[in-house]
Amino acid sequence: MEYIGNGFLKAILLLLHGDAETFSAIYATLKVSFYSMTASLVLGIPSGFLLGYVNFMGKHQVRLVVDTLLSLPTVFIGLMMYAFLSNRGPLGHMGLLFTLPGIAIGQTILALPIVIALSATAVEAMDYKLRTTLISLGANRMQILLSSLWEIRHGIFAAGLTAYGRVMTEVGISMMVGGNIKWHTRTITTAIALETGKGMFATGIALGLVLLLIAFSVNIMVSFFKKKLV
Amino acid sequence: MNRNFFVRVLLICLLAAGFFSSAYSEPQTLMMATTTSTDNTGLLDYLAPLFTKDTGIDLKWTAVGTGKALELGKNCDVDVLLVHAPDAEKQYVAEGFGVNRREIMYNDFVIIGPSADPAAIKGKSVLETLKRVQKGAHPFVSRGDNSGTHKMEQSLWKLSGLNTPEKENFYIQTGQGMMATLTIAEEKKGYTLTDRGTYIKYEDKMGGNPQLKILVEGDDMLKNQYSVIEINPVNCPKTRSEQAKVFANWIAGEKAQKWIGDFKLLNKQLFIPNAK
Repeated sequence: MEYIGNGFLKAILLLLHGDAETFSAIYATLKVSFYSMTASLVLGIPSGFLLGYVNFMGKHQVRLVVDTLLSLPTVFIGLMMYAFLSNRGPLGHMGLLFTLPGIAIGQTILALPIVIALSATAVEAMDYKLRTTLISLGANRMQILLSSLWEIRHGIFAAGLTAYGRVMTEVGISMMVGGNIKWHTRTITTAIALETGKGMFATGIALGLVLLLIAFSVNIMVSFFKKKLV
Repeated sequence: MNRNFFVRVLLICLLAAGFFSSAYSEPQTLMMATTTSTDNTGLLDYLAPLFTKDTGIDLKWTAVGTGKALELGKNCDVDVLLVHAPDAEKQYVAEGFGVNRREIMYNDFVIIGPSADPAAIKGKSVLETLKRVQKGAHPFVSRGDNSGTHKMEQSLWKLSGLNTPEKENFYIQTGQGMMATLTIAEEKKGYTLTDRGTYIKYEDKMGGNPQLKILVEGDDMLKNQYSVIEINPVNCPKTRSEQAKVFANWIAGEKAQKWIGDFKLLNKQLFIPNAK
């Protein structure tokens, strides 16, 4: 099992030598996860907030659906996305198959339930006395809303990071929708799958470590923001 | 102060969005679906830049099993195919999904197994080998994924007049790529059918001393023919049929044929060009 040591060594070499293929995969991964995270946060945080904050008919059922969607398998999303985006599919005219935006849509479907469910949970866990206190202090509705959002910011950070972890690490969607096209839609995870298929286990391990390194940097950045936002 | 900071973060995100979405112009491209063997051996990495230099067309490819490649073509998601399952291809063209099927090169399959060779198949014909394997005393590992190699294996069982095993205990269907299947065959001390390219890579990976050895080779039945097929523009009006034709002519042409013959994997020739 000399792969393990070789993998670590290779990871360092790939980064230090500025290996073009690796950087192309890193760029694709960052780009596509940026798209999908932006979309799922913009759509997910307000929806999750409403789902936790507002009482409406069928709320329980909606929650049940969202929680079920947490178990969406990525290969299944990939397959459904392919069916829709294929030139023979209903959305084929948009030309999104084998593109990064196509992958991003699939990843948004993956991340959205996570963001919604976890932000809703954060709202539900919020101290109910906050609202009464705010009302008694004479706050208007907008102020109540903003203060509540502010109160649950840590929950939202956790939601975002969890979703980011899923998006960064999925293979099923990127492989099926993106097609693992070199220099274009090859992400780190599909590159790992390819290298494993080629039997280049050390390179696969190296790429996995590169992915972890990126996740580490992202988490450092987030924790820096969190500190600023105490 | 905190809110201000929030606004600043938002601004940075927007800037980043602008940076990522900056438009770039797309040159002429051709989308090809091909099998994992042409990609994994590095043949396409070697040919694609030469093709772009000759024709100005940027070649993009997705490497999948032959079954999926044909399906992608049926759905008009690619313009041209480079695959190796002659029977399925002929049917494909007959059904009107592809046109101008042209044979361009071949390599061969080999049957490998543990060096101890408990079923005593070394040097035997394919027919005799399969008969001995089917007795079921030793594991046989199959791709089981509808790939070109899997289809080849199925046709070998058929041509030998034997039943293709399915649920028998000795028959292990991995559903994975060739290299993963070789790894499983090694762990199980089993026999398997593989293309020579993947075997050369495996041999190299094992430092020239692999546990699985070539036992049966050179039988005519083991020839692995690759063909290029253009997607039928009648079936797919939006297909880039002009570029597909340029590619088919190019790869069947004298220059590319010579390059294919020159291509070496670990100093061994892998593909024998045979375009007519």
